[in-house]
Amino acid sequence: MNTLKEIAALCEDLAFDLSFARAREWKSQEAGRVVVGHMPIYFPREIIHAANGLAVGILGGGDKKLIIKGDAYYQSYICHMPRSIVELVLDKHFEGFDGFIFPSICDVIRNLSGMFQLMGEGKFVKYLDLPQNFKAHIGGTFYRHELQTVMDEVFKLNGVVITAERLNHSIGLFNLNRRLICQLYDIRQDFPWRMTAADLYHIVRAGYVIPVEEHNGILEQAVRLIQQETGDPMDKIRVLVMGAFCEQPPAGLIRTIELAGCYIVEDDFLLGARWIQGDIGTGSADPLEAITSAYLEKSTFSSSVYDVGNPKEARLLDLIRKRKIDGVIFAAPSFCDPALLDHPILQKECNDKNIRFISFLYSENTGQFKVIKEQVGTFSDSIKLWD
Amino acid sequence: MSKEVAKERSMIIQKEMMTRLFRDLGNARETGKKVVYTFVPGNISELILSFDMLPVYPEINALQSGMRKKSGGYIRDAEQHGHSEDVCTYVKCDVGMMLNGNIGPTGEKIPSPDLLLLSYTGCFTFLKWFETLERLYPGVPVALLHTPYQEAHKITPEMTAYMVKQLKEEVIPKMEKVSGNKYDEEKLKAILRNSSQVEDYIVKIFDTTKHRPSPIDAYFAGVYYIGPINSGFRGTPEAVDYYAELYKEILTRIDKKLGPITPEGEMEEERFRLVVEGPPNWTHFREFWKLFYDMGAVIVASSYTKVGGVYDMGFRVNPDKPLESLAEYCMNCYTNLNLEQRVELLSKCITDYHADGFLVNSIKSCNSFSAGQLMIMQQLERKLEIPVGFIESDLVDPRYFSYSNIKNRLESFFQMLEQRKMIVTR
Repeated sequence: MNTLKEIAALCEDLAFDLSFARAREWKSQEAGRVVVGHMPIYFPREIIHAANGLAVGILGGGDKKLIIKGDAYYQSYICHMPRSIVELVLDKHFEGFDGFIFPSICDVIRNLSGMFQLMGEGKFVKYLDLPQNFKAHIGGTFYRHELQTVMDEVFKLNGVVITAERLNHSIGLFNLNRRLICQLYDIRQDFPWRMTAADLYHIVRAGYVIPVEEHNGILEQAVRLIQQETGDPMDKIRVLVMGAFCEQPPAGLIRTIELAGCYIVEDDFLLGARWIQGDIGTGSADPLEAITSAYLEKSTFSSSVYDVGNPKEARLLDLIRKRKIDGVIFAAPSFCDPALLDHPILQKECNDKNIRFISFLYSENTGQFKVIKEQVGTFSDSIKLWD
Repeated sequence: MSKEVAKERSMIIQKEMMTRLFRDLGNARETGKKVVYTFVPGNISELILSFDMLPVYPEINALQSGMRKKSGGYIRDAEQHGHSEDVCTYVKCDVGMMLNGNIGPTGEKIPSPDLLLLSYTGCFTFLKWFETLERLYPGVPVALLHTPYQEAHKITPEMTAYMVKQLKEEVIPKMEKVSGNKYDEEKLKAILRNSSQVEDYIVKIFDTTKHRPSPIDAYFAGVYYIGPINSGFRGTPEAVDYYAELYKEILTRIDKKLGPITPEGEMEEERFRLVVEGPPNWTHFREFWKLFYDMGAVIVASSYTKVGGVYDMGFRVNPDKPLESLAEYCMNCYTNLNLEQRVELLSKCITDYHADGFLVNSIKSCNSFSAGQLMIMQQLERKLEIPVGFIESDLVDPRYFSYSNIKNRLESFFQMLEQRKMIVTR
């Protein structure tokens, strides 16, 4: 692949392949391999990798899957993503998956874990209770035990013993993965015209469904290519899009925002891929402890974590300064309590600090963007003309 | 239907208890009592009481506002302050109430919190709720108690240990600092001994629906019965006396073969026995209830009355292990059970109380209950071959209560139950 566009096209195909062909192919290439699906936001994929497994991110059917049966499982006032996941279950998209992880992010995902249990999907279903206590001897001990439970489940399936060496190796690969993604974001911050936000989105999202080694190869190419000058800067404002931490916006929505006069230079679309801020130590005799400590000490912020003593407004302002943001777009999935209940707090801060913002709702299968384009276009114009 | 509605002694006692609580809250600044805001599911009232502090439950305030027809205005005010139409209306009602002077159900101002005790059990929105309150009451300390979910169908020693550590190292030190009192384990144990008695009564009371006719309605009246344990009285001698009196009254009703008391008097004919899943609607509570008793439908069990604790599967607090017990109590609340456990519990209710039908009242605001309810319904229908019904409303947003829609659905449901009875009789 010689261009970023070629890479992005390949990644788009991979990211939205709802048959998870690459994961199935990978599993079939060697006996003892396992595929474990995980829901948003964050799951330490290192522990599955070290157990000869592939952790596959499940982000719903997006706008690629027509929902017929899934709607029968959810009331109209519940967000869209779980119904598309149920549709995927009923249409056997997850056949061959060995287990499923449901990180604790909201009541809907929590109860979806129970639905998987009732449907008998996979050989194990684990609701991963991420601690809200961030002290090592309290929340850390609990979290470590939660991770050990996952590792025990995988061990039951393939008998692979996760040695310190194996886990350190896996940590190293995911450290590189995070570093490369962050490099892409950092370079794009200075040169957003070189790669569209939608292309970046596809490149990052591909990493949710393929082996990390392959994704690292793609990212390395992308980082190399984005350093070359391509395209011309346009008169667009620089925006931060937030609110999308779980149910993903359709790619069309991301494109629409950029077509309407914005460069998206920061977002929380695929927050799990950048959840740990910085590297996890790779030289420890107890690498599980290193993963645990990283969660406690290096987690990014999200609507699913209580921010005692670490107010989200301050962190938003830091991000705005760091990325030189002109305006904030609060784009959240309909009926998403965690994201939507953050908005009054964050928007008040924006008002108090004279930071421009707009907000709207979407669902993963939103197909009409005209109104959003007009709204974002007006927002962009107002900043360009008056600020 | 008898139109004579004589208040039973337990009703008078409960009213006095509540009046006194809100009076104490109203006088808290004068008396120097510290005030703790916390939530009903996993409410560790005993610990709060052991520090001589007063609890406030924002959900109780919200539902009271709903019953007093105030919630609609409060919700609109919160929405004008940036809250989305899509989110939990309890939160918006509480925010709106605060914006309007925080006046409680008795007309007295509810004092601001001295401590926000975020014992978030079975509901993620609690986290967001207190993030909002933390900003409305700047500087008030937050004590966070994370209750692990019973994802694997059980409480593990690690889950209990995690909670006990949080109690010892996060919650209790903050309570000591706010109240100025030291943690007194013997005092907590004494309070828990009362709780254990109360829990026994709760089980006995809700178990009386085995009788025909059922002497109580375990949903519409049930929410009154759980009032004292979910509004700060669990563990008090008053609660023991209240539940003893209530149980005595119910036994008398059984002796006399009387049906439940409704707002319009005794229900004379029991035609349908139902198990209901989900919270009630509060804004039109009377109209909602009337739709049932007019049709001779009595609720013999409901999941909502277990939201502040599940005792009918054997759990009791153990005063000898106070903190472990409080932890296990939290983890045993209904919305902290996984869906398989909920199906099992509801199956047991349907079977034990000889229900004719199972009804879901799906609440727009409450994902903790609502997400997965349709699957629960499907599972119960398959497993028990019981007729199931489904209605939708909201907790405290009057815009989401459609009387005619609910009435139509209920009438169809009752017709289905009637036909089934006829078939079974033949």
